[in-house]
Amino acid sequence: MSPSTQSPPPSPDRAGTGPAADLILDIEDPLPPCTTDELLDLYRGMLRIRRIEELAAKAYTRRLILGFCHLYIGQESVAVGAAAATADDYWIASYREHGHALAKGVTPRKVMAELFGRATGASHGQGGSMHIFDRSVDFMGGYGIVGGHVPLANGIAWAARARGEDRVCVCFFGDGAANQGAFFEALCLAALYKLPVVFICENNWYAMGTPLDRQSALTDMSLRARGVGMVREQLEGWDVEHVRQRVAAARQHAVTGRGPVLLEIITYRYRGHSMSDPAKYRPKEEVEQHKERHDPIDLAARRLRTRHGVTQEALDAVRAEVEEEAADAWRFAEESPFPDPATLYDYVYAPTGTPVGEED
Amino acid sequence: MARLQIREALRRAMQEEMRRDPSVFLMGEEVAHYNGAYKVSQGLLDEFGPTRVVDTPISEAGFAGLGVGAAMVGMRPIIEFMTFNFSLVAFDQVINSASKIYQMSGGQYRVPIVFRGPNGAAENLGSQHSTTVDSLYAHFPGLKVVTYSDAPDAYGLLKAAIRDDNPVIFLESELTYGMKAEVPDEEYVIELGKARIRRPGDDLTIVSWGKQVFNVEKAADQLAAEGISAEVLDLRSLRPLDHETLFASVSRTGRCLVVQEGHVFASVAAEVAARVQEACFDWLDAPVLRVHSRDVNQPYAAPLEQAVMPSPERIVAAARRLLGLSEPTDNELSR
Ligand SMILES: Cc1ncc(C[n+]2csc(CCOP(=O)(O)OP(=O)(O)O)c2C)c(N)n1
Ligand SMILES: [Mg+2]
Repeated sequence: MSPSTQSPPPSPDRAGTGPAADLILDIEDPLPPCTTDELLDLYRGMLRIRRIEELAAKAYTRRLILGFCHLYIGQESVAVGAAAATADDYWIASYREHGHALAKGVTPRKVMAELFGRATGASHGQGGSMHIFDRSVDFMGGYGIVGGHVPLANGIAWAARARGEDRVCVCFFGDGAANQGAFFEALCLAALYKLPVVFICENNWYAMGTPLDRQSALTDMSLRARGVGMVREQLEGWDVEHVRQRVAAARQHAVTGRGPVLLEIITYRYRGHSMSDPAKYRPKEEVEQHKERHDPIDLAARRLRTRHGVTQEALDAVRAEVEEEAADAWRFAEESPFPDPATLYDYVYAPTGTPVGEED
Repeated sequence: MARLQIREALRRAMQEEMRRDPSVFLMGEEVAHYNGAYKVSQGLLDEFGPTRVVDTPISEAGFAGLGVGAAMVGMRPIIEFMTFNFSLVAFDQVINSASKIYQMSGGQYRVPIVFRGPNGAAENLGSQHSTTVDSLYAHFPGLKVVTYSDAPDAYGLLKAAIRDDNPVIFLESELTYGMKAEVPDEEYVIELGKARIRRPGDDLTIVSWGKQVFNVEKAADQLAAEGISAEVLDLRSLRPLDHETLFASVSRTGRCLVVQEGHVFASVAAEVAARVQEACFDWLDAPVLRVHSRDVNQPYAAPLEQAVMPSPERIVAAARRLLGLSEPTDNELSR
């Protein structure tokens, strides 16, 4: 490099200068297109989430599930597409995480039993709907304080890199969370330390009852990356294959030492914010229109039929399988015991020195 | 007299204060268009418009700090936390800013602000949505910490909190917003720092506050059926603490039981017990006992949660023990 093209060393009198570049993710779709079987798997994954959550809604009205319960219905393509690209990575999510847990491989039984508050649940009934954890698949939890988990992703990624793992942390959160201080601070740190994090902002346009344009002066949430020097991309989330490709691209960027990526994935939730929200703040037609145009499961089914020649019978067979799986999860949950009150103090302090899972 | 829900009593208090004082405004998540996550602020946007009833993004540190700044130059903000669990995101603003500015400015800047919202467990909400913050905020000089049991107190105390020239933490409960009671039609303000004897009695004093008062009243009914007369004292204000009423009651009954939701270690219950034994030692016939949430973070599963929370049964058992009527069956001392 000749001295004239070399950029001068950083110094205080250069404050206020520097690249104002908008860093857009510049990696093309890295994966070969889905094979028929792969797409069928994605279809099955999305359907699994939807059916289990439809059952969860039913269980909630029967008071088998208590407290808050936030359904992911409508957004399934995000978690399932992301899982296809980051199956072996660390994941961390918000309270709307049943879908992410299932996509990451937490079994329907463990998810449903946790919702039912049973000892056989993923978090042994301690966590509930908002706090599903499953160490066996590196699903590092659902969190209830909006934005609170985003900084944790940096630490997870830091540790992965420090230990020489070729893995990233995928961090899911909502559009509302992108207004939290914790989120902004996490972005600053991730970019500064070039951490292998894929931040996924699932923009479903609502934070509880507030539409995004009343939450933020800027409704392109991916632009949050620009102020901290982070690479970004905004994409529509209803095509599960597209999500799979773009998350794979983001992963490749992050895992090769080029730094974190903020993906803003446009999506939509069909149900209220939680089971207790009648969602009167948006017209019914908005929901119907979205379902009609952009339902991720319908879209995948259509593609399987038209481009992959999969018969309706084959799709129906997948549906039947999923149906049975969901019913089995409910049965399992309902038949499982509640945690014994005698175990109340079991998880207050970890027994230093014992391996996880071998406490007693 | 009208029978009002607690949420209606709180709303009336805010509405009247906003009418009489244009410097009062309400800010928080979903307070305006959604009419409040728990419908406390229903209709206020319609009456006062978007400059005085303000929806915020999910930026608690941001809007709590905004409130403090506005208070310093003469506004009287009411900052609603959707629940006090989320106030922890704004803890720095409440403690390092709100509670300290008056003193560290040598009295030049006052911070007349109310931070209000539901506090404590509200049934099966799990670990991060069930935190009880009373003791946390009561720790700090410069803050006042106020809570009510019923609708008439909710109304009168919130009006006093809004008029107070200091930051007031005003603690509510999702579980009691719908509870109704008679509220007088004429306007009134309840002085902060005055406890209320809800029920006179001779054999022991049961000290409580917030929604636990209702568990205490149930327990007092059961005790009455056994011929035990419990005086039920609702503190209403945790800071300042009404020593006068507290000590007078305990000195007369000779026994004191403190019932608190939330962890007991370094808590308001711990403080009340310490102060009672310092001031009333010569009148006490038994050590002060406490009933409180178990010393764990809130579990989700219903049977675990029930085991954690104070209950009328646990209060009755502790009262009987205090009177020497039963042996300790359950180890309240450690957990
Ligand atoms: C710090 C904090 N403030 C407020 C809340 C209450 N709350 C829970 S979810 C939510 C909306 C979040 O919206 P978004 O981030 O867009 O996620 P979505 O629910 O749409 O998935 C709010 C305000 C909370 N849980 N934590
Ligand atoms: Mg959202």
